[in-house]
Amino acid sequence: MKILVPCKRVPNPEQKLKIAGGAGGTIDLSGAAWQVNPFDEYAVETALRLTEKGKGGERSGEVVIVSIGPKEVTQPMRGLLAMGADRGLLVAGEDSALDAEVVARTLEAVVNAEKPDLVVMGKQTVDGESNQVGQLLAAYLGWPQATFLASIVVAADGKSATVTREVDAGVEEKKVRLPAVVTVDLRIIGKKAVRNAGLAGAETEWEDNQRYASLKGIMAAKKKEIREATLESLGVTAAPRVKHTKHEAPAGRKAGVKVASVEELVAKLRDEAKVL
Amino acid sequence: MGAVAVFLESANGTVRSTSLPAVTAARELAKHHGGPVVGIVIGGGGAPGDAARYVDKVMSYDSPALAAPLAETWAPALAAAVKKAGATALVGSATSTGKDVLPRASALLDAAMASDIIAVVGAKNFRRPTYAGNALSDVELQTDVVVATVRQTEFAAAAPAAQAGTVEAQDAGTVDALGAEFVALHATRSARPELTEAKVVVSGGRGMKAGENFKVLEELTDLLGGALGASRAACDAGMVPNDLQVGQTGKVVAPKLYIAVAISGAIQHLAGMKGSKVIVAINKDPEAPIFQVADYGLVATWESAVPALIAQLREIKKLKNPA
Repeated sequence: MKILVPCKRVPNPEQKLKIAGGAGGTIDLSGAAWQVNPFDEYAVETALRLTEKGKGGERSGEVVIVSIGPKEVTQPMRGLLAMGADRGLLVAGEDSALDAEVVARTLEAVVNAEKPDLVVMGKQTVDGESNQVGQLLAAYLGWPQATFLASIVVAADGKSATVTREVDAGVEEKKVRLPAVVTVDLRIIGKKAVRNAGLAGAETEWEDNQRYASLKGIMAAKKKEIREATLESLGVTAAPRVKHTKHEAPAGRKAGVKVASVEELVAKLRDEAKVL
Repeated sequence: MGAVAVFLESANGTVRSTSLPAVTAARELAKHHGGPVVGIVIGGGGAPGDAARYVDKVMSYDSPALAAPLAETWAPALAAAVKKAGATALVGSATSTGKDVLPRASALLDAAMASDIIAVVGAKNFRRPTYAGNALSDVELQTDVVVATVRQTEFAAAAPAAQAGTVEAQDAGTVDALGAEFVALHATRSARPELTEAKVVVSGGRGMKAGENFKVLEELTDLLGGALGASRAACDAGMVPNDLQVGQTGKVVAPKLYIAVAISGAIQHLAGMKGSKVIVAINKDPEAPIFQVADYGLVATWESAVPALIAQLREIKKLKNPA
């Protein structure tokens, strides 16, 4: 099967965020260390597993990475190709000129051109945190969607997928006809979370976590194609419609106190905080 | 400017308490939009009647074809309701259902959307956390109709209105699930309150070392009548299931009392709990970042501190309720 995996670069979430200029401030990403959005890496791992005959087994199918961003995004894309993805498509764009609408409309155009059987993406980015693009894309394509996946099994005939979704009350089981858009959550990289029944048996297990690129993979990635496109060449006319008017740092919490013992802690909780 | 529609989730014939913060947001937004607050209820029973206590009008979609929670069928119903009501805004709580369905509805409405808002700033202006809560970003949605999901911990649960609204049954028309099928809900069985609704949350981190060590935290949790949580590190390490995860990538909680045990305090964890009223941190590392947000910090191992804490709380309970 052919799988499209949209990926975005994000600033390292553990790095201190710089907000410039008080009220009406902007986020200063000039010194940011960029990486692939963690959920998107999980999506790549998911897609690779769906094209494999078990761990380390032969591959069948194609995984295509698509990203929208400046030229530098080629570098993290090479990393995903080194993991095992087959080729990439980089659509030129500036992060500041993109919102969920432009991204979803761009992906819609890419899907119409590439005609994948499945789109696998992260449930959200860790910078903008909108958690919208997968759902918008599914709606624009008129496809079913399965968000926040904990597991996915593609049927042997490749015509449907049975998934479990992380929901507030527990886990929801859902079946979708393919083609579909799915978005992945953390548990998707568990040992038995992903399987293409047409390729791998029920006993199949993968490593717990996403794979790292091997030296062989890194060498191979250098020769893999990353095609470049523009919004114009894809015929995308959508314009951003979410305007950021202001960013500010949240008020910090008042510094607390250290207590010396469990007795003192209980006394403070009972008499001062009055929460016991 | 028109009505403000609010998606009201229901269960067992009543509106879910998780939807009541969205009613509060809808009432605030209605001041800017000038129209009434219209509740949209999918699924019948007593829910539409219960919903009418909170809004001016309820649009009720009670069709067997809409019985299962599917974004493919619910999003078109929401979009149809918004259009019929002449609403210029649609809001709902940022529950797992809200986060699944509302973006799809926004696509059908050609409406821009703000996710997980923490404040209504204007008719089309909202504040929302970004970058794991390290920035608060104000957004302006530049479409005629706007959509937002509401962070439940940032809006009070709405009280019933002075006067109950009317209920109007709607025809769902032809329902097409596009080949999607709801199979089953495997609910986490627990006598404890839901993580996002609990007044007390006790969370364990990587420092708990193994899943069986969470037993002592469960004991503490039950003594306080709270819910059990965990850091992403503990979930990733397989100590506890992922639905216990508190943080940017898990659940956002804001209980009265949050007790973080053996949690270092990564940015992504803080994003999910720093709205808590009182934060207690127990960690053996005095330099752990969790102490920077804790009201009360105790530098100790969990092995020594948690059993002692349990013993003392038992004493207090005994004094309060002499058997």
